[in-house]
Amino acid sequence: MCFISYRNSLTLWLTQLFCFPDGIDNVLFIIVSSVAFPRKSRISFVEMSSRKSKSSNLIQADYVSQVAPTVRNLPAMLETCVQSLGWKDPLEKELAVHSSIFAWEILWTEKPGGLQSMGSHSQVQRILRERFCHQSPHGNLFGVQVQYKHLIELLKRTAIHGESNSVLIIGPRGSGKTMLINHALKELMEVEGVSENILQVHLNGLLQINDKIALKEITRQLNLENVVGDKVFGSFAENLSFLLEALKKGDRTSSCPVIFILDEFDLFAHHKNQTLLYNLLDISQSAQTPVVIIGLTCRLDILELLEKRVKSRFSHRQIHLMNSFSFPQYLKIFKEQLSLPSIFPEKIFAEKWNENVQSLSEDRSVKEVLQKHFNVSKNLRSLHMLLILLLHFWFCLGNMLALNRVTPSHPFITAADLMEANQLCSMDSKGNIVHGLSVLEICLIIAMKHLNDIYEEEPFNFQMVYNEFQKFVQRKAHSVYNFEKPVVMKAFEHLQQLELIRPMERTSVNAQREYQLMKLLLDNTQIMNALQKYPNCPTDVRQWATSSLSWL
Amino acid sequence: MLHLENMVLCRESQVSTLQSLFGERHHFSFPSIFIYGHTASGKTYVTQTLLRSLELPHVFVNCVECFTLRLLLEQILNKLNHLSSSEGECSTHITCEIFNDFVRLFKQITEAENLKDQTVYIVLDKAEYLRDMEANLLPGFLRLQELTDRNVTVIFLSEIVWEKFRPNTGCFEPFVLYFPDYSIGNLQKILSHDHPPEYSADFYAAYINILLGVFYTVCRDLKELRHLAVLNFPKYCEPVVKGEANERDTRKLWRNIEPHLKKAMQTVYLREISSSQWEKLQKDDTDPGQLKGLSAYTHVELPYYSKFILIAAYLASYNPARTDKRFFLKHHGKIKKTNFLKKHEKITSLVTLQLLTLVGHDDQLDEPKYKCTVSLDFIRAIARTVNFDIIKYLYDFL
Repeated sequence: MCFISYRNSLTLWLTQLFCFPDGIDNVLFIIVSSVAFPRKSRISFVEMSSRKSKSSNLIQADYVSQVAPTVRNLPAMLETCVQSLGWKDPLEKELAVHSSIFAWEILWTEKPGGLQSMGSHSQVQRILRERFCHQSPHGNLFGVQVQYKHLIELLKRTAIHGESNSVLIIGPRGSGKTMLINHALKELMEVEGVSENILQVHLNGLLQINDKIALKEITRQLNLENVVGDKVFGSFAENLSFLLEALKKGDRTSSCPVIFILDEFDLFAHHKNQTLLYNLLDISQSAQTPVVIIGLTCRLDILELLEKRVKSRFSHRQIHLMNSFSFPQYLKIFKEQLSLPSIFPEKIFAEKWNENVQSLSEDRSVKEVLQKHFNVSKNLRSLHMLLILLLHFWFCLGNMLALNRVTPSHPFITAADLMEANQLCSMDSKGNIVHGLSVLEICLIIAMKHLNDIYEEEPFNFQMVYNEFQKFVQRKAHSVYNFEKPVVMKAFEHLQQLELIRPMERTSVNAQREYQLMKLLLDNTQIMNALQKYPNCPTDVRQWATSSLSWL
Repeated sequence: MLHLENMVLCRESQVSTLQSLFGERHHFSFPSIFIYGHTASGKTYVTQTLLRSLELPHVFVNCVECFTLRLLLEQILNKLNHLSSSEGECSTHITCEIFNDFVRLFKQITEAENLKDQTVYIVLDKAEYLRDMEANLLPGFLRLQELTDRNVTVIFLSEIVWEKFRPNTGCFEPFVLYFPDYSIGNLQKILSHDHPPEYSADFYAAYINILLGVFYTVCRDLKELRHLAVLNFPKYCEPVVKGEANERDTRKLWRNIEPHLKKAMQTVYLREISSSQWEKLQKDDTDPGQLKGLSAYTHVELPYYSKFILIAAYLASYNPARTDKRFFLKHHGKIKKTNFLKKHEKITSLVTLQLLTLVGHDDQLDEPKYKCTVSLDFIRAIARTVNFDIIKYLYDFL
């Protein structure tokens, strides 16, 4: 029997199933596991072709649990099967119809993620997606232990001993600043007697874009007396004086310490007069309510942004997170991020998976890809992006493609998946846009390239580009490109809309559109690479691109 | 899944990528997804169709429609409110002016029962306009999952590549997805899909072939091509309708339609005439050579003296000053004889028509300087209507 598509194979497998004496038990098994399976899960249809020759009585548990998700789309698939195959054998037709009825009767109940009932592949998906997509506070801290200790000590001094402090956590995007502070707060709350006693205020520079909003937010979060539900009463001056009074009245022994966390700290430095920063840091310097001000920022030059009076009240404590791990550590992180935790229910599968990840991290081509990635950007967020693409290639495409080519299943990640994920990650997006342009637009870009070569990147206007294009068109064989000038102008304007060319100054009425100076935002290597990949590029255009000399 | 493939042609791998990104309902998806690709490559259509057929809770907002912060935020919140409330309730209109309030209200709305455990999707179409709004809007939306601490994913659809969106100090990088342009085979398949039922699919496919042969080198935009296909099909069927040829007479049909399509490229494609005018033209069967586009009408309606002022302005703008003596000594008197009172009005009306522009006006209130901004073809057409041979007076043509 030749399997031409996975849809056919599923039907045939089901027909085989119905022929067995103990087939009914297997059917029951499938019904049970499929009922428990959550709705809208992906198809993971593996090992159909390889199992056909084996003894069909033995259907293993994990095999069935892998097949169960396929039954979700069974009705749609079977409909096409019955239509397309044109069943000649009435018995087979009846079985096919019967199986479609059986599929329809399976009830899908919503199960909010019970671990026990899902297939192991989709469980792996769930765990890894949670790790990469959601910023959970349960991740491990890689290479920032010293900074973590510093921070937690500082927090403890305020929370327990009532000291006031201020600190800035500085690090590039994706280096783990928010994660660090969340970890520290979690640990702090676990200390005895602290959680009832401490107040937290979380501010973010992206949300509170001026001091008035910031003040209202602080008042709201501290739940002071001028807050009713969500609304804060009073003007800016009243709120500020109320807040300061509330904070000044206390002292070390009798009042609750307050933790202020200011995310995107550099944006607060752009507010008018830096009033909020001044007042907060002022309180942290005087012997009043113990407060700790923690600022998180990605700018190394943050201290230059602060005014003199604000800077002098700041304690100049800085914690730097500089992604200072080396490549072997990066490899280790890669391995740890992909490995399954020990609480995973299917122990055998988890072991095999982790072994596979181990061998993957020792593979040479994988190491090369990761080295390239590491050289471009060290931070873990870009690694997560790569791993998400990897997951996608493995789970979705790998299995679907394997079915079409009738090759063995794809239970674990391979190095090839990582190669493809890397290719997708490092695509040139402007090259992709050039790929979709029409031939006329490509000709205009080549004309601009030649103008740039001749005049050394001086700005050009439409008329110059048109003249250069006409030189190409007027050669005898190229009259097919002899378009009217307005048509060429429309193509030129399309390029402007795609932001591949840009006017040197803003469009004004003073100059006509054809004479406005423009700049090309692609460089020669990008253009030549894009032309290589351009589908059905006419040879004369390609030759013109390599050289603008007319005797060729 | 199958009906989805029938609704969305030639986009299987993009649909499967999106589906795998969305994952299961209660999973956390990646906080922000950025989809880019050429216009009419199916970004909006595929995303909308997929979200609707999978019945995921989503809000679809167009950033051209909601061009201010307030409109954008209010539309998102009100649509979400509509989604979360049960059928009978009539919810009040929510107002929101700043992003901080948006985050707070968003958290409240997504506490509702039917939105609680699922990923909520916010789709922002034409996202390139977000760059021109407040500076905190784009970074804020990229991080919305972190800021609101809810299961929400923001999808950005745009024609412009991601590198042009990135703010100066960096931001949370979204997952970038590319929607490739349609190949010529795909275009043929999609265009042949909407053939009218009276004619066979092969007949229409042959027509699409001819159409693509004329227009493909100039334009690959699916929307334009569909528009042109629909407009010109009656003309293509004309020989068959009149009985002069049958459906298989490809040569005759081609000979009939090809000049028509070439004319279409100069007029309808450039929006020189409207599509209703084009359709009327086809029905009346007049000679398309007599067609007057939009640009042809602009110079016919100027008054007689205005035309001379324009010609004079053109000559003054484009001839170097030292050559004036050579050209104008004999004709100097003619210009002096015009009515000076009306001259100023005529000049201002020419400025309003943007045929003349003001140059360096700031400190010279009594002697404003003007420059002529029309093209050579235009001025030649005007000069022809007043029987003035302008070429004789232009320095560049000596």
